[in-house]
Amino acid sequence: MNVAPLGLAAARLPAGVPAQRAQVSSGQFLTACRLAWEQRAQLVALWASDERDRRRGFCVRVALEDRDGLMVLEHWLPGEDSRYPDLTPIFPAANRMQRSTYDLMGIGAEADDQRPWLWMASWPIDRFPLRRDFEASPLWEPGQEEYDFVRVEGDGVHEIPVGPVHAGIIEPGHFRFQIVGEKVLRLEERLGYTHKGVEKRFEAMTLGEGAKLAGRISGDSTVAYAWAYAQAVESIAEIVVPPRAAWLRALCLERERLANHLGDLGALGNDGGFAFGLAQFSLLREDLLRANHAAFGHRLLMDAVVPGGVARDLEIVQALAMREHANRLRAEIAELRGIYDEHAGLQDRFRNCGAVGAELAGRLGMQGLAARASGIGRDLRCDFPCAPYDALGVNIATAANGDVAARVAVRFDEALESLRLIEAITAQLLDPALARDVALPLPDAPEQRLGIGYVEGWRGPVLVALETGPGATIRRCHPHDPSWSNWPAIEHAVIGNIVPDFPLINKSFNLSYSGHDL
Amino acid sequence: MYHVLRQILRTGIRTEAPPAPAPEDVVAARLHEDILRILGRALTIRYVDAGSCNGCELEAQALGNPYYNVEGLGIRFVASPRHADALMVSGPVSKHMAIALRRTWNAAPDPKLVIAIGECACGRGIHSGNYATLDRVSSVIPVDVEVPGCPPSPTALLQGILAAIARPGAQAIPNERAVP
Repeated sequence: MNVAPLGLAAARLPAGVPAQRAQVSSGQFLTACRLAWEQRAQLVALWASDERDRRRGFCVRVALEDRDGLMVLEHWLPGEDSRYPDLTPIFPAANRMQRSTYDLMGIGAEADDQRPWLWMASWPIDRFPLRRDFEASPLWEPGQEEYDFVRVEGDGVHEIPVGPVHAGIIEPGHFRFQIVGEKVLRLEERLGYTHKGVEKRFEAMTLGEGAKLAGRISGDSTVAYAWAYAQAVESIAEIVVPPRAAWLRALCLERERLANHLGDLGALGNDGGFAFGLAQFSLLREDLLRANHAAFGHRLLMDAVVPGGVARDLEIVQALAMREHANRLRAEIAELRGIYDEHAGLQDRFRNCGAVGAELAGRLGMQGLAARASGIGRDLRCDFPCAPYDALGVNIATAANGDVAARVAVRFDEALESLRLIEAITAQLLDPALARDVALPLPDAPEQRLGIGYVEGWRGPVLVALETGPGATIRRCHPHDPSWSNWPAIEHAVIGNIVPDFPLINKSFNLSYSGHDL
Repeated sequence: MYHVLRQILRTGIRTEAPPAPAPEDVVAARLHEDILRILGRALTIRYVDAGSCNGCELEAQALGNPYYNVEGLGIRFVASPRHADALMVSGPVSKHMAIALRRTWNAAPDPKLVIAIGECACGRGIHSGNYATLDRVSSVIPVDVEVPGCPPSPTALLQGILAAIARPGAQAIPNERAVP
């Protein structure tokens, strides 16, 4: 993003992608965001830091992404009662980020919607966990809060509350449907049930310890988070990991993408009334997880990526097995894709169901897989490829319709592309010319530096904003899941659909609760 | 339809069977007997995620794949606590989930079993015990068996289910903290 028209000076920001930072005053904040929107930037994240111990008040940061890379706008607020401009008229996805920032930091936007988002009466409403002087009391018991849902009124309109505990083995969240007959007039989500104080916990950790926590923010994206975290540390320390480590990271990330896509393709078949699909795809997924365990010692690849490199190398026999497995898997997926495509009942459920068009997707600032299924061709692996993706040349997968069928199609395309990448990566790893080093010693990162990690996980881009403290500790860490930008899109996707299609639509997005609730 | 049938035939039966003495097979065989003896024909489980990172859910879902085939053993995950013989609970119990967990437990008919899965649920996880989380599942409801692991493998989960039903009337881990 070019902030020169505003007379602002941008400085380079250490990050895994091209990134800049610029300070904006209260008068410039909205103007800068509007300019960003005109330059086709999207909101990625919004978070705040408590800088009162440095006598600088609070800092609200907004990360925006466009074709040039990331721009982090920094807005300083002098005191506890100061407010910052409401960004939702420009970026609707800012709504929940602003409300969460208030719940955790006590710094609010000048917005109409002042309902809490992550606060559920389990700590006093006037205490803010992310402030540096916050002290938790063991006397605070879990509470219950009356959330002000928007109601639809009229003849025959009624309400269905669902959750937080759901039928099935999935994460908790509450959905409030306003329906007439079986048609959905409105859906309102209420999330935050899995809030576990991740950001506060980071602040008690060293840079080394933080890697383990980063890998447990959203278990299905553990590689993406661990890599984004490592990237932030490495950007601040200004080190470049050995080439072999970069190849191994990409191998893990693609295997994570593949495992999730296989799981989702099976579950989507099942939700569409085709249990055969679940049986078939869950077998393929299990084969993949068992191979992960054999190669890396963990089925989901937790703790494989560490700051400085990777935890362990891949044995030659495992690399050969993966290459051979990828080849077999390609034929299996192609066979199943043919069956899905020709199954009239399944296609009837998939097509035109839960559609989000390109214009709405752009307006809402959708990200990742769901955005690509709505025709928004953004993928960090293609747009800002870090090593080794710069040498791999990833083919982006997109679809136009934005319905369940489109999200299924993008998953099929990306699964096949991941197989191609796995074969290309294992070929590199088997090359005897590639040096054996897989990690550098954990770097001595300088104090009071901000660094950004930004990695395309299977769901979309995962951002980690990290600020260092003295002695290689974490002063502040804000991990940001693409689900923040996509949860609101589900509320739009279900309008006019029937209630029984909601599980299918929800699954086709398969967003993270834990990664969002933090 | 031809392709579906051909694929089913080509795939064959992949469920990992007894009699080989691999751990999962031993668990499965004993499990079946115990379920028949104690709970009749089937064991129904209501799953509650009480603030996990979703790693535990991925492994619990895997129990349903054809390799582990828990349904073939008479174990079913059900959509209501009213239909459940057991609760399977993951996560450190985020304070925001404590009341929902307690209510789910109250809604399940007696006698009932509780299986806490994952390091967090056992009080050893990276997310246990801070301003937003309780220490472990047994801080909120009585727990019969704890299955550690981050996340526990499907095999470990099967072993946990076995451990739970193998101790009828055994002393549950005491309820340390009452939640309304």
